[in-house]
Amino acid sequence: MENNVAVRMQHITKAFGTKVVANKDVTLEIEKGEILALLGENGSGKTTLMNMLSGIYHPDSGEIFVDGKEVHIESPKDAYALGIGMIHQHFKLVDVFTATENVALGMDKSKAKNRNAIAKGIKEICDRYGFSVSTDRKVYNMSVSQKQTLEIVKTLYRGANILILDEPTAVLTPQETDKLFDVLRNMKADGKSIIIITHKLHEVLAISDRVSILRKGEFIGTVPTKEATVQSLTEMMVGQKVVLDIERPLIENKKKRLVVSHLSCLNKYGVRSLDDVSFDAYGGEILGVAGISGSGQKALLESIAGLQEAQDGSSVKFIDPKTGEESELVGKNVLQIKQMGVALSFVPEDRLGMGLVGSMGMTDNMMLKSYQKGVVFADRKTPKNLANQVKDELEVVTPSIQTPVRKLSGGNVQKVLVGREIAAEPSVLMAAYAVRGLDINTSYTIYRLLNEQKKKGVAVIYVGEDLDVLLALCDRIAVLCAGRLNGIVDARTTTKEEVGILMTNLRKEGE
Amino acid sequence: MTGFISLFQAAVVFGTVIMFGAVGEIITEKSGNLNLGVPGIMYLGGIASLAGSFMYENYTENPSTFICVVIALVCAFVAAALGGLIYSFLTITLRANQNVTGLTLTIFGSGVANFFGGSLNKLAGGVGQISVAATSSGFRAGLPLLSRIEGPIGKLFFNYGWLVYVAIVIAILAQWYLNRTRTGLNLRAVGENPATADAAGINVTAYKYFATCIGAGISGLGGMFYVMDYTKGTWANDGTIENLGWLAVALVIFTTWRPKNAIWGAYLFGILYWAYFYIAGLTRSSQEIFKMLPYVVTIIVLIMISLRKKRENQPPEALGLAYFREDR
Repeated sequence: MENNVAVRMQHITKAFGTKVVANKDVTLEIEKGEILALLGENGSGKTTLMNMLSGIYHPDSGEIFVDGKEVHIESPKDAYALGIGMIHQHFKLVDVFTATENVALGMDKSKAKNRNAIAKGIKEICDRYGFSVSTDRKVYNMSVSQKQTLEIVKTLYRGANILILDEPTAVLTPQETDKLFDVLRNMKADGKSIIIITHKLHEVLAISDRVSILRKGEFIGTVPTKEATVQSLTEMMVGQKVVLDIERPLIENKKKRLVVSHLSCLNKYGVRSLDDVSFDAYGGEILGVAGISGSGQKALLESIAGLQEAQDGSSVKFIDPKTGEESELVGKNVLQIKQMGVALSFVPEDRLGMGLVGSMGMTDNMMLKSYQKGVVFADRKTPKNLANQVKDELEVVTPSIQTPVRKLSGGNVQKVLVGREIAAEPSVLMAAYAVRGLDINTSYTIYRLLNEQKKKGVAVIYVGEDLDVLLALCDRIAVLCAGRLNGIVDARTTTKEEVGILMTNLRKEGE
Repeated sequence: MTGFISLFQAAVVFGTVIMFGAVGEIITEKSGNLNLGVPGIMYLGGIASLAGSFMYENYTENPSTFICVVIALVCAFVAAALGGLIYSFLTITLRANQNVTGLTLTIFGSGVANFFGGSLNKLAGGVGQISVAATSSGFRAGLPLLSRIEGPIGKLFFNYGWLVYVAIVIAILAQWYLNRTRTGLNLRAVGENPATADAAGINVTAYKYFATCIGAGISGLGGMFYVMDYTKGTWANDGTIENLGWLAVALVIFTTWRPKNAIWGAYLFGILYWAYFYIAGLTRSSQEIFKMLPYVVTIIVLIMISLRKKRENQPPEALGLAYFREDR
């Protein structure tokens, strides 16, 4: 075997239970000092494959070679011993520990050092690759990007030569992403091998040397990034031609649907999570909401939907599309607001946290929205039909509509959630992170659904992470920064840079 | 003054029972296991020490006090740790619900202990007849030299059996272990976020087993102290150990999961519990209201913690949750 192959995974197969085959006969190679992008649709088995390299799962069959020697990776500890470290999508950090303590976790006795020595080691790594980490800060006080930096430093500190990053840019601003990529390039120059799991094609093209593509658990091929284009990669990933333009119909004479003025909220620690936000939303328009995660998006949607209490002086006026009647939403409860036609489809970080009950099937989850109907006994027939309809229309992959939704892959869970909210025929539809972690095909299905709602005259509020998508899909973009509305821009004329700056630099009063 | 001294003395003896219980439970909970079987485990420790030393004292001509003490200690620790092992097997390996398992362990422990307690009494000749005088005296021996100090200082601080001081030492050691050692750091990581600990190469299962069994063993010493020192080597089927066990669980919350706070917290609970005895003019029924003071204080602490919202004062984040690596 050649000398500069760092890892070779050969004929790897892994199944969960009897029905779901996550990886089927996958063969993959990563060279020293290269950045390999692992590309695939949602549920194509990218993360599963890498979890086998990092010792979280064990392959059912197949071999793994590190530096030309066959190895058996039984646990994350074994992986570390081989110099393989993974940065997971959900950070593996203990919130109440400091940065140093997190790095010290699980270290072998032979490498055991006192805290000062570890802090010094962290600083050395930071200087070498261009990070910055404050060693005594507790993780719960860190921003998402700081946590990610800490994860990478932790992995490097433990001597990893092969780094796996699972969707590292999903939670970063464009500026933070650029910074991360710089660091990755520094590490590559230092001879480290980096595997980056992603489905964002422009990032693949920007950072990687080669791209390996998985489709439905099968290995499709590896191509040098230089020879790849967005179109060619998409076709390999999806297996068919895809139209990549997001449609943006222009709707004439839009009507005001929602008037939000001076909306403020406190979070559970008593800090203002939303501070004096005012804007209008129109029927027949998609209003994008951009911002670094945790800038008040959640509070904004939840306070409109009645899930969070708004502070005194806040007002949300809803204008009924049929009668033109104005009514105040603040002070009403969730049920009343819902009955007026304001629907919230919020996809939280863990997807199942809100809106769906993991242990229930699709039917029962549909029923959650209609259980008030019927006198004594709940009506099961309508939700069952609805479940079937959502399953067919949105191509939800599930063994049956009775299968608990927690067993479905993330993308399918999201389809169920969005499908149910749309089926309620809302007049205001709020969707947050509706395509988080979804592949291109599913994402475009969701965009199409949102556009259909827009054409019907629904006021759509879309909280998104991917600025490219926000710029292509929305009519206007409201940018939140630290809980304040930092500006509303016209999505047709603005640039990514303008939105990026609004996301990070809070404008002073009166500017 | 004498009133205060005797209240303080009663509080220290009372507090030592729950200090053992609470420190053991803190170690257990730091691994993410919410073991509500503390009362049962203290029962197991109590009865095992009594049975062991009774057998030895009864079938030996001249029982050696030292051997008595060792037998009682080993029996109590092992029996209680076995209780912890049952709990661990059910909740860690079989991933049974922790609350249900803990509560049934309490029922199990009190049943076993009261069954054998009754049998031992019968063996000894009738209800309330059992006595392990040699063992009990061994445990009630004070510290050498220091116990001879006269006056209020001596009465307040040096007039107790040596286990009172062992409890303090164990609490300090537990505090030091959790916060100053590498394995202590790993253990806390397991209780906070087992997936993270796992990814860092920590053997989550082993840590949970060890912490739960050792913690149970320490809690069991509380039961032994109750039997040997508090009731002077006798047995009564009156359910006091169970009450003390629940107080130990309350004390864990009161300490905000810090063993060092268990030292003064336990004595404070003792003072609050015995306060009724030193307040003049209480009737039998109004006494009972005062006995619940420790619980009231615990609730006040809970309210204060949730108002202050400090992350460090919260229970371990994964407390009560089973961990399975391949869970999706």
